[in-house]
Amino acid sequence: MSAPSTAPAPWLPRLVVAPSFLLGFLFIYGLIAWNGYLSLSASRLLPNYEFVGLAQYVNLFENERFHVAMKNMAIFGVLFVGGAMALGLLLAVLLDQKIRAEGVLRTVYLYPMAISFIVTGTAWKWMLNPGLGLEHLMHRWGFESFTFGWLVDPDKALYCIVIAGIWQSAGFVMALFLAGLRGIDESIVKAAQVDGASLPRIYWRILIPSLRPVFFSTLMVVSHLAIKSFDLVMALTAGGPGYATDLPATFMYAMAFSRGQIGLGAAAATVMLATVAAIVVPYLYSELRARR
Amino acid sequence: MSSRPRMTWHRLLLWTVLLLWAAWFLAPLYVMVVTSLKDMQQVREGHLLSLPTAPTLAAWAKAWSSACTGVDCGGLKPFFMNSVLMVVPAVLLSTALGALNGYVLAKWRFPGSETMFAMLLFGVFMPMQVVLLPMSQVLGWLGIASSIWGLMLVHILAGLPSTTLFFRNYYVGLPDELVKAAMLDGAGFWQIFWRIVLPLSTPIVVVTLIWQFTAIWNDFLYGVVFSGADSKPITVGLNNLSNTSSSVKEYNVDMAAALIAALPTLIVYVLAGKYFVRGLTAGAVKG
Repeated sequence: MSAPSTAPAPWLPRLVVAPSFLLGFLFIYGLIAWNGYLSLSASRLLPNYEFVGLAQYVNLFENERFHVAMKNMAIFGVLFVGGAMALGLLLAVLLDQKIRAEGVLRTVYLYPMAISFIVTGTAWKWMLNPGLGLEHLMHRWGFESFTFGWLVDPDKALYCIVIAGIWQSAGFVMALFLAGLRGIDESIVKAAQVDGASLPRIYWRILIPSLRPVFFSTLMVVSHLAIKSFDLVMALTAGGPGYATDLPATFMYAMAFSRGQIGLGAAAATVMLATVAAIVVPYLYSELRARR
Repeated sequence: MSSRPRMTWHRLLLWTVLLLWAAWFLAPLYVMVVTSLKDMQQVREGHLLSLPTAPTLAAWAKAWSSACTGVDCGGLKPFFMNSVLMVVPAVLLSTALGALNGYVLAKWRFPGSETMFAMLLFGVFMPMQVVLLPMSQVLGWLGIASSIWGLMLVHILAGLPSTTLFFRNYYVGLPDELVKAAMLDGAGFWQIFWRIVLPLSTPIVVVTLIWQFTAIWNDFLYGVVFSGADSKPITVGLNNLSNTSSSVKEYNVDMAAALIAALPTLIVYVLAGKYFVRGLTAGAVKG
C-alpha cells in the first residue's frame, strides 16, 4: 500500500464514498438477502412473509418446467460458450497474422456486441422464420427441397438461440484473445522461429498455452453471460414453442411477473445466483489475491 | 525451396476464411437494411438477400410513428424518447460517482477499502434476477414504481460496480507521486481531484460514458420489469412491436424498428469503437 494515507482530513475520502457504497451494498447484498427471504416465504401473487422453509425449493426442483429450463441451460451453456470461445480464438489467431485491413475486420466482427440482444433476436427471428426467411431464400436459389423449421420446432429452437448468441458474442471473445496475443513478448516467437518451428506449431505449443489467464477470464465472463441470458430468448422465441426454450432467467421472469408465483421465482433467482457465484467468486478471489 | 508460392497460397486461404466470417457477421445487418427498404409485396416476391426493386422509407415511417406495440399504435417514437430521457442522466450520474469512488479507492485507500471494492465487484457479475422482486417493492415504497425515475435509479445503482471498477483500475496506473507532490504544495482532496486527476482522465471518462450508454440503452430486463405504461424504453417497445400479432406479419416494419433501436449505439460504436473495445476488455481483464 503505497498510496498516501495520512491525509489532512482522513474522514473526507470515506465520507465521499460512503453514500454510493452504502446504496451499492444495500442494492447488492440487501436485496440478495431479501430475495433469499422471499424464496423461503409462502409468497404467491403478492409478497407474503409467512415462513415456509425450503418448500419453494422443493416445488422448484419438482417443477417440470424448471427441469426443462435447467436442461436447456446445460445444452445452451456448453454450445454457446464452446462455440463463442472457439470462433473467437480462431478469429483472433487469424487476425494476428499481420493482416492489412485488421482494423476494419475487427470492427466488423465486433459490432454485434454494440447492439441490443433484442435487436439481434428480432433480426434472427426474421431470417430463420420458416415462411419467408432462409428456407424461402434456398428455394429461390434452386434447392426446392430445403426445409428449415428449427425456430418452430420444440426440439431445435434452442439451437437457433445458440447460433444468434454466438453471432453476438464471438467478436467479444476475439477482442479479449487478440489483446492477450498482443501482450505476448515477440522475442519468444522469434526465438522459436530461429529454432525452426512452424507457425501453427508456435501457436499451438507456445502462444495459445501462454494465453491461459486470458482464457480463464474469458471463459468466466462468457459463462456468466450464458447463465444470465434472458433478452435474446425473449426476443427470439419468448421461451417457446410452449416452454421448450425456457432458460432459468425466463422461467424466473414468467413465475415472478406473470404467473403469480413470487416465492418460486425468488427461489429460481437464488439458484441462478448460486450458480454464478460458484463460477465468479473463486475467480474474483484469485484475481484480487494476485494483485496484492 | 518453394516457400514463396506456398506463402501466397496460405495468405489466400487466410483471407478467404476471414472474409467468409466477415460476411457471416455482416449478413444480418445487410438483411435488416434491405428488408426495411421494401414494401411487403417486395418482401414476398424477393428473398432475404435481394435488393429492393423500388426502395421506400414507408416501413421506417410506420415503425417510427404508427406501428402497433400491443394495443397502442404510436410506433417506437415514445419509447425512443423515454430511453433518451432515462439514459442521459443515468449515464452521467453513474459515471461521475464511479470517478469519485475510483479516485478514493486508488489514491486515498483506507483500512477495508480493498475489501469493499471486492464486494462491490461482485455486483458486476451477479444475475440481476435476484434484485428484481425486492427492488420493485422498494420502488413502490419510494413512490417511483413504473416511472422513468425508478428505472433511472436502478440503472445508476446497477452501473456503480462497473464504473467504479473502470476508474479505480485507471487511477491505480497514475503515479502516486503526482498526488504526493500536490499534497506537499498544500492541495486538498478536492483540489487534487479537480486540478490533477480529472484533467488526466479523458480516456477513461470516454470509455465509461460509452460503456454505460451502450449498457443502459440496450437493457431489456430492467425495462420490462420496472417500467410502466408510459415509461417503457426502446428495447421493450421493439420487443412488443415484433411480438404483436397482426393478420399479416410486417417483417419490413420489424426490421426498420430494429434498426431504429440499434442506430444510436451503432453510431457510437462506429465513431468511437476504440474506446468501446477498451471498455469491454477493461471489464474482463484486470487493470
